[in-house]
Amino acid sequence: MNKIISKEYFSDKVVKLVVENPLIARSRKPGNFVILRIGEKGERFPLTIAGADPVKGTITLVVQIVGVSSSKLVALEPGDHITDLVGPLGKPTDIRKIGTVLAAGGGVGVAPLLPIIEAFKKAGNRVVTVIAARNKDLIILEDEAKKWSDELIIMTDDGSYGRKGLVTAGMEEIILREKIDECIVIGPAIMMKFASMLTKKYNIPTQASLNSIMVDGTGMCGACRVSVGGKLKFTCVEGPEFDAHQIDFDEMLMRLGGYKEEEKKANEIYSQKI
Amino acid sequence: MNPDILKEERNKEWRSELRSRIKAKERTNIPRVKMPELEPEIRVKYQNREVNKGLDVAQAQREASRCMDCANPTCMEGCPVSINIPKFIKNIERGEFLEAAAALKETSSLPAVCGRVCPQEKQCEAHCFYVDKLKKEAVAIGYLERFAADFERDSGKSNIPGTAKPNRIKVATVGSGPSALSFAGDMVKLGYDVTVFEALHEIGGVLKYGIPEFRLPNSVVDFELENLKKMGVKFQTNFIVGRTASFDDLKAQGFKGFFIGSGAGLPRFMDIPGENYNGIMSSNEYLTRVNLMDASSDNSDTPVIKGKRVAVVGGGNTAMDSVRTALRLGAERAIIIYRRSEAEMPARIEEVKHAKEEGVEFMTLCNPLEYFADSKGRVNKMRLNKMELGEPDASGRRRPVPMEGSEFELDVDLVIVAVGVSPNPLVPSCLPDLKVSRWGTIVVDEEKMQSSIPQMFAGGDIVRGGATVILAMGDGRKAAENMHLHLKNHSANH
Repeated sequence: MNKIISKEYFSDKVVKLVVENPLIARSRKPGNFVILRIGEKGERFPLTIAGADPVKGTITLVVQIVGVSSSKLVALEPGDHITDLVGPLGKPTDIRKIGTVLAAGGGVGVAPLLPIIEAFKKAGNRVVTVIAARNKDLIILEDEAKKWSDELIIMTDDGSYGRKGLVTAGMEEIILREKIDECIVIGPAIMMKFASMLTKKYNIPTQASLNSIMVDGTGMCGACRVSVGGKLKFTCVEGPEFDAHQIDFDEMLMRLGGYKEEEKKANEIYSQKI
Repeated sequence: MNPDILKEERNKEWRSELRSRIKAKERTNIPRVKMPELEPEIRVKYQNREVNKGLDVAQAQREASRCMDCANPTCMEGCPVSINIPKFIKNIERGEFLEAAAALKETSSLPAVCGRVCPQEKQCEAHCFYVDKLKKEAVAIGYLERFAADFERDSGKSNIPGTAKPNRIKVATVGSGPSALSFAGDMVKLGYDVTVFEALHEIGGVLKYGIPEFRLPNSVVDFELENLKKMGVKFQTNFIVGRTASFDDLKAQGFKGFFIGSGAGLPRFMDIPGENYNGIMSSNEYLTRVNLMDASSDNSDTPVIKGKRVAVVGGGNTAMDSVRTALRLGAERAIIIYRRSEAEMPARIEEVKHAKEEGVEFMTLCNPLEYFADSKGRVNKMRLNKMELGEPDASGRRRPVPMEGSEFELDVDLVIVAVGVSPNPLVPSCLPDLKVSRWGTIVVDEEKMQSSIPQMFAGGDIVRGGATVILAMGDGRKAAENMHLHLKNHSANH
C-alpha cells in the first residue's frame, strides 16, 4: 500500500507522483482529496487527487514544494512508501450536463482540475479550459488538459508561453465570446479570488476548490473553516468546492497564513538538515 | 450481571472469611484514601507526566478494606459496563491483584483507561453504600480500578480473557474510540472475527487525540489495545468506512454486522465577530495537534501556537484539558471563560481542582462577545460581558443572562473554543437509509443500540451527541450483546 510507482518532475518545484492505493483508486471521484503523512513525526496535510487508474490501482498526486511536508513527500523515490494516506475525502464535484463549462487552473491547480474537466467532458458538456502560470516552466499538464477540452488557452504572466496576461484575461475573453453556463476555478487563493470577482461580474455560477489548512480532514478539527455566504463551513466535509461568489476569500487568505511563522522556522531547520 | 452469579461469587469461602475478618465499624472508620499527585510546580512543566501517581499496595489494600462487600452492591448499578465491583475490590483486599484485574476484564475492555478518566463520583461511587447510607465519602472505586489494572500491566503477567471458539462471522466497527473498542472486546470474546476501522493513522479515537497524556498516558492506551490484539481483534488505520470502501463493499467481503462509533466530529463555534481570526481554534484542533501529532515536541512537523495569554472558552473536561495543556506549553496566563458559575461546570471536580492548583484562572459568569486581531489577522484581544444566573432553563441549570454595562476587554494571543461538538456527518452521509435526528445523531433503539438499518448498531457520541468514555463503552457493550442476538436469530432463520 502507498508505494510510489513513479515520479516525474514538471519543474524544480512541481512533481507528479503515481502512488499505489487500489482502494482509493477505485472509490475516488473528481474533486476528492486525500490526507498524507510522511514519517512518524510528519504532519497531516491534504492534496487533491489529480487522477486515478482503478485497473492498475494507482492514484496521481501533483505536489508543489512549499514547505517541510511537501519537501519530504518529494524526497521519496519510486519504491518508497508514503507513511499514511487516507481518502477519498471531501464532497465530489457536482458533475452534470449543463452546456458550456469554463475551467480555469492556476499553477499546480491544473492537476486537480484535470479529473473534473474529464468528467464534465464525458457528461456531454463543451469544455473550455484556461491554464495559467507565472512562466513557461510552470505550465503543467498541457497535453492532458487539451485532451479533455474543446479549447485550451494558455496564459503566462511574463508572456514566455501562450498569451501574456493573468488567468482572468483569458477567461474574460471567452466569457465575452460565448455563453458560459458554469465556471470552475482551482489555483492559488488569490487567483481564485480574482477569477471569482470576474465571473460574478458576468453572473456566471462558479465553483472554487479550496486548499485550506487541515489536520484530520474528517471534520474534527475545524482548522479548515471558511465563511461562505456569511456562514461557517468546514472545507473538509462540506467542501472542498463552494460557490465562489459566496466565499470570503480575504478571510481565507488570512487563515492560510495562520502558521506562517511556525512554517518558516520549520523550513529553515529542515533546509539546514539536508 | 446475573444476580445468581453475583450471589455465588459473594458466597465463596474466601469472601465470607474476608468479610468476617474486620468489624463493620472498623471498616467504616477508615478515612478515604487520598490520591498521591505530582506537585503542581513540577507537573506544569511536562505535557506527558501523569498528575495522579496511583495508589501503592498498602494504600490500595487499606482502601479496599473499607468496602463492605454489600449483599446488594448498589455501586454496580452506577457502572455502565456492569463491572463486578465487590469482586475486584475484595481481591485487592486479600492481595490477589491479578485476580482483581481479571474481574475487571470480565466486562470492561479498558480498565486502566476507565480507572483514570471515568467520572466515578457521578457513577459507581455515587451509588456506594457509604454515600447512600452513611453520608460518608465513597470507597475510591476508581482509584482501586486503576490500581488493579496498573498492577497487572507492570507485572508483565497480563491475563488475556478467554474467547469463544471462532464462529467465522465477520463484524466491523467504524471508529476506534471507547465505544468501538468496548464493542470489539465483547464481540471477540463471543467468537466473532472483528475488524476495527479507523480514519486516523492511530487507533484509540478520543483516547489518543483528545485526552492529554498528563491524564491518560498513551502507553496505557497502547497496552489495552495490545490486549485486544492478542484476543484477535484486527485493526485497520487510514480507512474511512463509506469512503475508502463502501458498506456494500464490506458486506461483499462477508461483514455481517457494523458498529458505528464514529464520534463527535464537528467542533462548535459561537458565531461571534472575529472568531475566524488566526489564533482562535477549537479544542479538538488544539488537542489533536498536541496529543495526536505531538506538536509541542521539537522533532514534530506539526505546528502549534504556544500562547502566552490563553483564553479557553467552556467549562467541560475538554476545556480543562485544553487550558492545562496551554499552561504546560508555556502560557503565562491560562484562563477558563465560562458563562455560568463554577457550580454548573460540567467538568469533573478533580479536573477543576487540578487546574486551580496549577494556576489556571477561572473567569466564571463571563461570555465572549467579539475578537480583535493585529494587522496580520492574529487575535490579540477579546471583548466579553459579565453574566448573572436567572431562571432555570431546559437543562435544569440556571440560565446565564448578560449584565447590562458589564462589558470589558481582555488581552489574549490564543483562544481555544471548547463549547461542544456536533455529530460527524461522514458516515450518515454515506447511508441514505440511516435514520438520523434533527441534530445529526444516529437514531437507535436505546435498549439495543440498533439503528434503522438492522445490521447496523451505533453508540458513543455519534448517538449521544457528547458523552463520556464510560457511557460510550456501555453503548458498545450493549450493542455487542444485541448484535450477537440479532446475528444468531438471523442465521437461525436461514
